[in-house]
Amino acid sequence: MARLIRLDRTGHTTLAEWTEGDVAARRAATETLQHELDGGMLASVPRADGSAEVVRELPLDAELVVLRRPIAGG
Amino acid sequence: MAHPGLSKPPPPPGTPLRPGLDEAAALWWRDEVSSDTLRRDGRRWSAWTTAVALAFTAPGVFLVLLSPLTLPVALGCLAHAWIVPWLQARRGARSVVPLGCRRSGNPPETTDGAAADVALGLLGDLVAHEERDLLTRTGLALQPSELGVWLAGQQGAFMVRPGGRRIDCWCVRVADPEGLPAGDRVAHLLLALREDERGFAKVANLGFSGAAWRVRRCLPKRSRPALDAARLRAAR
Repeated sequence: MARLIRLDRTGHTTLAEWTEGDVAARRAATETLQHELDGGMLASVPRADGSAEVVRELPLDAELVVLRRPIAGG
Repeated sequence: MAHPGLSKPPPPPGTPLRPGLDEAAALWWRDEVSSDTLRRDGRRWSAWTTAVALAFTAPGVFLVLLSPLTLPVALGCLAHAWIVPWLQARRGARSVVPLGCRRSGNPPETTDGAAADVALGLLGDLVAHEERDLLTRTGLALQPSELGVWLAGQQGAFMVRPGGRRIDCWCVRVADPEGLPAGDRVAHLLLALREDERGFAKVANLGFSGAAWRVRRCLPKRSRPALDAARLRAAR
């Protein structure tokens, strides 16, 4: 089960869950992701090798998609 | 949701779209960060520190040679030659706020304990076993990368350059950290760093560059092992 989560004041909130075969759940996750991106959030997929990837669409192979706020210089 | 970190002027027409961090792409007027630009900035910092030390030491020595009666003033000059570089290094050390530090700008009472635990749980999942242990002990998340070995806090990041002798202190934070638990703040910086290291350095502001030992002595005791581990990793 893949998850779309948003880092927020509760720690994190699970916004959507989907499996590869569940087209409706995936579509809902895609719409939720787009809504969050339009709202200024950024999406990141952490990889097992310690890297992460910026995504602008829902990746089909990801186990976890994390929505985070932008960073800035201090 | 409006984020102050992205309210930047649009790039001029024809500016190529930068891949990686959106935050770095928004700073189209800034130079890209590379090993060469880091070396150049490091040399500038070293030159500046040397100049400051000389500017205060030379008059101090001259005054003593002129007359022993000027010794109190000469000592004041020599004290400045020591204090100013120390203050610079201290400022660099304090630009990074480890987990559990009271200087977070988000008092613990503004986030509830359950949220803090959830955030720490996710952060623990993001880091490997060895780094998780270090994070628990020191409050800093270690991330080896191409430009150097990074240590991210809930605000700010250190980067130990290859060789382990020089450290760069970067001022960087979540643009709108309101209400975010400390663990989530570290996770934000860690994810951004992993997504695009050069973009991360482009967004962050370099607050200090110099010898790692100068920063180490200004760190909280509990965070020093993280710097030692990063130096060890960078020296490999």
